[in-house]
Amino acid sequence: MVPFAGWNMPVQYSSIIDEHTAVREDVGIFDISHMGQFFVEGEGAEAWLNSLLTNNVDKLAVGEGQYTIMLNDQGGVIDDLIIYREAVGRLFLVVNASMIEEDFAWMKKHLPEGLILRNESDCWAAMAVQGPNAAGIFKEFFPNQELPPRNGMATWIHEGAQLMVCSTGYTGEDGYEFFSSSMDGSMWFQRFIDADVKPCGLGARDSLRLEVCYPLNGSDLSPTHTPLEAGLGFFCDLNKDGGFVGCEALTEQKTDGLKRRLVALKYTGRGAPPRAHYSVHDKDGEQISELSSGVLSPSLREGIALAYLPAEHAKIGTLVDIDVRGRRFEAKVVKKPFYKRP
Amino acid sequence: MNVPDNLRYTSDHEWVLLDGDIATVGITDHAQEELTDVVFVELPENGRTCDAGDPVAVVESVKAASDIYIPVAGEIVEGNADLEADPSLVNTDPYGAGWIFKVKLNDIATVEALMDAAAYKGLIG
Repeated sequence: MVPFAGWNMPVQYSSIIDEHTAVREDVGIFDISHMGQFFVEGEGAEAWLNSLLTNNVDKLAVGEGQYTIMLNDQGGVIDDLIIYREAVGRLFLVVNASMIEEDFAWMKKHLPEGLILRNESDCWAAMAVQGPNAAGIFKEFFPNQELPPRNGMATWIHEGAQLMVCSTGYTGEDGYEFFSSSMDGSMWFQRFIDADVKPCGLGARDSLRLEVCYPLNGSDLSPTHTPLEAGLGFFCDLNKDGGFVGCEALTEQKTDGLKRRLVALKYTGRGAPPRAHYSVHDKDGEQISELSSGVLSPSLREGIALAYLPAEHAKIGTLVDIDVRGRRFEAKVVKKPFYKRP
Repeated sequence: MNVPDNLRYTSDHEWVLLDGDIATVGITDHAQEELTDVVFVELPENGRTCDAGDPVAVVESVKAASDIYIPVAGEIVEGNADLEADPSLVNTDPYGAGWIFKVKLNDIATVEALMDAAAYKGLIG
């Protein structure tokens, strides 16, 4: 167990490789109750959130969700999150655990009169059920409920209590994120375990997300990096009506050209597992960056990492060296993601 | 938990096998179970002379890198090259094929001063 954003979290239940493999090949469950749940309600809630988030909320039909990013005025990342349109004028946001208070304060500061913003993070237990067999478990548990399509959400009353299910995740596999009242959380977690869903900890969560190049806020995303530098331009609608906080900075950066980019690095041979903060060197030995994330990929059995590199080193195929305790291991800039489902 | 009687142990969960003036060192069954999934072992250089307690090797699982401290003073004479191809031997055979390095001892008595199996069992409960 390790402390994580004020919670005590398991790094692994059995073994990171076993848990990782279960999610890629079968089904695993992550307790993500530490994550934050916000609701925004009122007429015009969509338009207000559109002015605060990079992606275009207008694209969401009721029951749909999208990945989006909240920026500071300089275009740096405050948090990345998923927003779901539960109903017209009612939106559900899932934010990172470490950012709950900061996100809430930032949103509160921008909140116009007439809209309600609620932090319900303590009310909800959350678990991510991920893997090719996740849908089968859902069918077994809720034969009368339809699993929402990718990025969709559904909510209903089950045994007298509200459940929410969102077909999203952080692993690159099919699956869903399941929300119950916090009181029922351990009961549901046990039900999934009893149905032979493998419990998975933070270690597998990190290796799975890194294989598919999903960024981790606080490591790969930060207030001093923009989403364009992080390669998340797809989720930033610079042309939407009225713009959004940070939009000007991004537009300017896009015009000027990116000076650094978050790239995917893969070892060219065997080596000690790359880890966050290891220094990255060009072929002349000069330090050019440090890794923001790194792991020995359990699926590929190769060292994989992310790092912000100066634009001139960020081209696919560029070779660099990663320093591990004084030894250098060669890595190559490769196309994202590292892992694609077969 | 497997704790062979013929070995000596350290509180850092290493085992030591004495043969003449050569000591073979590895990590215990308890240690490999705690680490899980050993994916890389960095071996010490041959010929390096070490004081007891020097970090000389690194055992890495997916989750973390753990230093291995040499429990007795001496000169490194061999690292287990098989671990370069298959580091998981540390998990599957911690007291056998998963040995990590051999050291030529300055003083054989330093091995005798380490914990015996009964004391180590007491330590890991």
